[in-house]
Amino acid sequence: MSESVSQDGNSDTVDADGLFGASVDCQEAVHELYHYLDGELTEERRHEIRVHLDWCGPCNGAADFEAELRKVIANRCKDRVPDSLIRRVAAAIDEESKQHHGEH
Amino acid sequence: MADQATFTDVAMEFMPGLYSAALRMTRNRADAEDLVQETYLKAYRSYGSFTEGTNLRAWLYRILTNTYINNYRAAQRRPEVADVEDVEDLYLYKRLAGSGGSDPGRSAEDEALERFTDEDVKAALEALPEAFRMAVLLADVEGFSYKEISEITDVPIGTVMSRIHRGRRALQKALLNVAEARGLVGSVPGGSME
Repeated sequence: MSESVSQDGNSDTVDADGLFGASVDCQEAVHELYHYLDGELTEERRHEIRVHLDWCGPCNGAADFEAELRKVIANRCKDRVPDSLIRRVAAAIDEESKQHHGEH
Repeated sequence: MADQATFTDVAMEFMPGLYSAALRMTRNRADAEDLVQETYLKAYRSYGSFTEGTNLRAWLYRILTNTYINNYRAAQRRPEVADVEDVEDLYLYKRLAGSGGSDPGRSAEDEALERFTDEDVKAALEALPEAFRMAVLLADVEGFSYKEISEITDVPIGTVMSRIHRGRRALQKALLNVAEARGLVGSVPGGSME
């Protein structure tokens, strides 16, 4: 149906990344997105993924969403420390230090 | 070597994060408070062996994690061995993006994210099996690196990465369940949503 006839039989698409020498496709970018957002890629790989995200609208949208989700999770999991707990911990440490000094 | 007399000056500021982490671990306020107190007492006693200038925050989380595993999880017959279902990449994004938000100026998925309450996210995280919950908690809520999490939990870094990634995807599924239960997705714009 499509006319994907190529001269050498091994190229059916030439995308923007290919033209400019980057070597990341959408599948790789999505697969490595967590490593990318976690800052756990090598500098070189981080750059390659960044280039793909700059070119690719859908992947960029997904990356923005994952980054936003990360923020939502962190911000929604905060709890106020009860004042009574702060006092309890301070008192326990105080008691411990007195016992310790009393032994000598 | 660290001076014990300075312990409270430098360590107390980490209590909010430690308390939240303790709540997610124990899923119980009374246990969380006891766990935090025990953590601080243990840390105070061994503060002399802490090398000043190294990562105090990670050190405190390591004590918290160990204390939880030894004293609280031990109350169960055996540690949880539950696994998580394997969920595809971008699970939540793909489903929220098609959910049809009511504000044309903003994307449906961003709108849906904003509607999650504290209770929604805490419940979804606490629903994860322990090993995955700890990994996601330390990475996404507390912001530790893979290496730090490996040191805090005493788990090889490859296993840490696998747990974080699979735990995150399972969390996305749990969040979608919450969103669906509350009618945050899949409803007609202008429908029963408040």
